[in-house]
Amino acid sequence: MQPLIDYITSYLSSDKTPGAAGNFFWATVYVLLVFAGLSVAVICMNWLERKILAHMQVRLGPMRVGPHGLLQPIADALKLLLKEDIIPSEADALVFWVAPFIVVLAAFTVFVVVPFGPTHAITDMNIGILFMLGVSSLSVLGIVTAGWASNSHYPLMGALRSSAQMVSYEVAMGLAVVSVILMTSLNAQGTGTLSMIGIVNAQMAQGEWFVFKFFPLGLIGFFIFAVAMVAETNRAPFDLPEAESELTAGFHTEYSGFRWSLFFLAEYSAMIAVSSIAVTLWLGGWLRPFPNWLSGSTWDLVFSLFPGLTFVFLAGMCFYNVARMPKHPLFKIQTMGLAGFGALLGLIGLALFVPAVRDRVGDIFWFAAKVAGFMYLYIWYRGTFPRYRFDQLMKMGWKVLLPMGLGLLILTATTAFLEPSVEDWLRRIL
Amino acid sequence: MTPVATPFFFYLLAGTMIIGGILVITRKNAVHSALALITTLLAQAGIYLMLYAPFVAGVQIILYAGGIMVLFLFVIMLINLERSQKERQFNKQWLVGIAAATALGGLFITVYTKGKALFPGSAASYVEEQNTQNIASLLFDRSQGMYMFSFEIASLLLLVAIIGAVVMAKKRI
Repeated sequence: MQPLIDYITSYLSSDKTPGAAGNFFWATVYVLLVFAGLSVAVICMNWLERKILAHMQVRLGPMRVGPHGLLQPIADALKLLLKEDIIPSEADALVFWVAPFIVVLAAFTVFVVVPFGPTHAITDMNIGILFMLGVSSLSVLGIVTAGWASNSHYPLMGALRSSAQMVSYEVAMGLAVVSVILMTSLNAQGTGTLSMIGIVNAQMAQGEWFVFKFFPLGLIGFFIFAVAMVAETNRAPFDLPEAESELTAGFHTEYSGFRWSLFFLAEYSAMIAVSSIAVTLWLGGWLRPFPNWLSGSTWDLVFSLFPGLTFVFLAGMCFYNVARMPKHPLFKIQTMGLAGFGALLGLIGLALFVPAVRDRVGDIFWFAAKVAGFMYLYIWYRGTFPRYRFDQLMKMGWKVLLPMGLGLLILTATTAFLEPSVEDWLRRIL
Repeated sequence: MTPVATPFFFYLLAGTMIIGGILVITRKNAVHSALALITTLLAQAGIYLMLYAPFVAGVQIILYAGGIMVLFLFVIMLINLERSQKERQFNKQWLVGIAAATALGGLFITVYTKGKALFPGSAASYVEEQNTQNIASLLFDRSQGMYMFSFEIASLLLLVAIIGAVVMAKKRI
């Protein structure tokens, strides 16, 4: 028993990720935590998307199941599990069966290298960003096979559109990523890195997020990536593979019940995955905002209170709405439930004020907060932009983003090469 | 930390590759063949990982499994599958085929039995953490960068192929 406990506790003093430290137990714990956290995030995202979209369109959104429709995602999940699972008789049964799993596996596997903090990642790979791009590009295989195996016209059209779109935008995405990897090599040794943790450490060492690096080059790269990642995840305004006005539901028209919900799960976790790439590469990953302007131990303390304050604020919102609930006896259970939920959030918030907890979750909180910003943007796009036509989409990818990416890469390389000598020259004349 | 490159994983990956390769040529349905080929390519990426070449493995997944095979599937879905399924799979060149297979198999067996002198006595130790950086310095370093020229020639060849494809596909440019 003792060796086992030693094995488990030996990791606690290490400053590496469980994968890098080779600790099997903690790696498994981290995998389960990431999986559970991701599932909760998808459930929250489901509710938030419907609510926010509804408010953007001056509707109420889900209001019936639970207070303000809070239980709607659970009701939906139950409905999907109970629905009949239909496989069309003319479909290619094996491929039809495998396709959702390919998509889900690709969407979840990438989280192995996502750095939620300097030690809060399942593992750190030498090829981190390459691994993320590669595995997430496998999800297009699942979409294509799903569309083909349905043996039906609309899904096939959706699958063809999807493969053309994802292959085109991957190119621009890759060029934007390469410009960031160039920026990581601006250190004394002159060697860059592809590891996700290494990229964030490079931003910390250089003292600025890469979105502000070589202004406006970093910003342009970020913009290219931010457009390409929406196209990569098949979301509005690039959701042509599932354009409901033309193709009913695109590649997953023939899917129902649990299999359909796998596609849903994969779509949202892929959104979170590409957002975390963007956060890691340009927005400083787990680093807190304003590290230079608001530096010092006082500000460190203020910023470390944010996770707790967020949860306390959410709890406050719950209690405010408990007070606003109708006083009719029919709403009694709902009111009590909401008060209980608020109390739970408040307790989590209070626990996050404890110094030992505060120091450990700060990095996870800032990473999650930045990703949440991107998730809101996704919903905002969907509520604002009309869908592109397919020729416009292709023109955008090949004639706008790709030349921009190439130019950006050349300019970044030139600037990185010339920067020291220019700085020298400026110092001499000033 | 124990190395991952155990014989078990090698045989698993090699077995997957062989089964996938056989499925590629025996399936009548072209889409099934393509899926088997993807399995083979992914197992090959695993073999690269076992050889402590993570960069090559990553590029293999991005380029072959995620890029080229998607285009393969794209083209296969546009052609008429019913007609190709009725056609006979093999043409009558089994004599040549057997000769080629015997020659290749003989070569493999010779190398396996007598080729020990061809390999260095001990395996060189590779530092996995610096694989990407090593590849970069082999390509670009001023003192030891000896593969730059061949790399550029290969990329020029690909560019020529792309331009050729565009010229052949478009009547009027």
